[in-house]
Amino acid sequence: MEVKLRRSMLFIPGNNPGMLQNGGVFGADSVILDLEDAVAPTEKDAARFLVANALRTVDYGCSEKVIRINPLDTFAAEDIRIIVPCRPDAILLPKVESADDIHKALAMIAAAEEINQTPVNIIALLETPRGIMEAYGIAKAHPRVVGLALGAEDYTASLGTNRTREGTEIFTARSMLINAAAAAEIQSIDTPYTDANDEDGLLMDTKLAKQLGFNGKLSINPRQIDMIHSVFNPSSSDVDWAEQVVYAIRKAQAEGSGVASLNGKMVDLPVVNRAERILYLARLLGLIEEGKE
Amino acid sequence: MTSLLKTAQAGTLESSDIMITLSPGSPGSGIVIELESIVMAQYGEDIRRALQDVVAEQGYTDLYIKALDRGALDCTIRARMMTALGRAGAVLKEAML
Repeated sequence: MEVKLRRSMLFIPGNNPGMLQNGGVFGADSVILDLEDAVAPTEKDAARFLVANALRTVDYGCSEKVIRINPLDTFAAEDIRIIVPCRPDAILLPKVESADDIHKALAMIAAAEEINQTPVNIIALLETPRGIMEAYGIAKAHPRVVGLALGAEDYTASLGTNRTREGTEIFTARSMLINAAAAAEIQSIDTPYTDANDEDGLLMDTKLAKQLGFNGKLSINPRQIDMIHSVFNPSSSDVDWAEQVVYAIRKAQAEGSGVASLNGKMVDLPVVNRAERILYLARLLGLIEEGKE
Repeated sequence: MTSLLKTAQAGTLESSDIMITLSPGSPGSGIVIELESIVMAQYGEDIRRALQDVVAEQGYTDLYIKALDRGALDCTIRARMMTALGRAGAVLKEAML
């Protein structure tokens, strides 16, 4: 089981040198250097060069380097041609509505990659009702598609409704996206919580995202990172429970049974899988010692 | 060596950025740089060199560069210079990024 952590993916405006050069200090699992919405149409050329140079020279530490390019029907081709040879880890492709969109982007990415370059992955940003309907096909379009992310602002605008603190208007989109990503065995990333001053709202929204099944959350402000991580990290009680589950099933297996009981509740394969995922994440995050179970 | 087509500008006056204005120079005038920087004493020569290097790599001569620096890193200086050249009508060699 090999999982790239994407608990938090932090947007950084692509035409802001000060933020670009400091993007690695916030501890986000991924930084998303943004060439799309954060950049005025008249500054697309400037941001492209700035992000390209940042990719080549700025140390983003352990953060995955993701670039949100412009949509396929605007500046995507130019973005890909300049950015891909600078070796980002992934492209966040906006307004994806079909598997064909993935194939078009991949053809351009493959053409721009240098020899011996690590293949650039794609995270598909679904921002329209059609994109949500096509989510599974998009997720399965190619092995380089490693995640689906939700862009709720454009989505709700398409529905003709507005965003609320509770997020009832995006419940269907969230659930469909998560299900499609899980079916394709890739990650699902939730829409950002856009009120950077509402910490209670962020906590509520992130807990809901985790409970629904998201693997992580987009973020528009570095101040949101710690709270997002605290929600997506396994809690100490989660880890305790997972260790007890693994112990119980091993004991049962040693006695010739595939099913165990823990505190009166049945422990079977799905429960063990969930426990093992918690322990894997806990080890990855250094919350328990390597090899300890 | 090629001549630029028009005057162009790139960058901002925000912290960590540099604003560059390019104008075509008269034939034989060479590269003239007028630089203001908050770190002139420490990095003035480095900034000039970065500006000159990009222009030379792109194969241009005879141009006037006005640069207002607010503490930009080398990668920012080079990116803004490339943008200004592109906006001035230069055909860019992007491998020089």
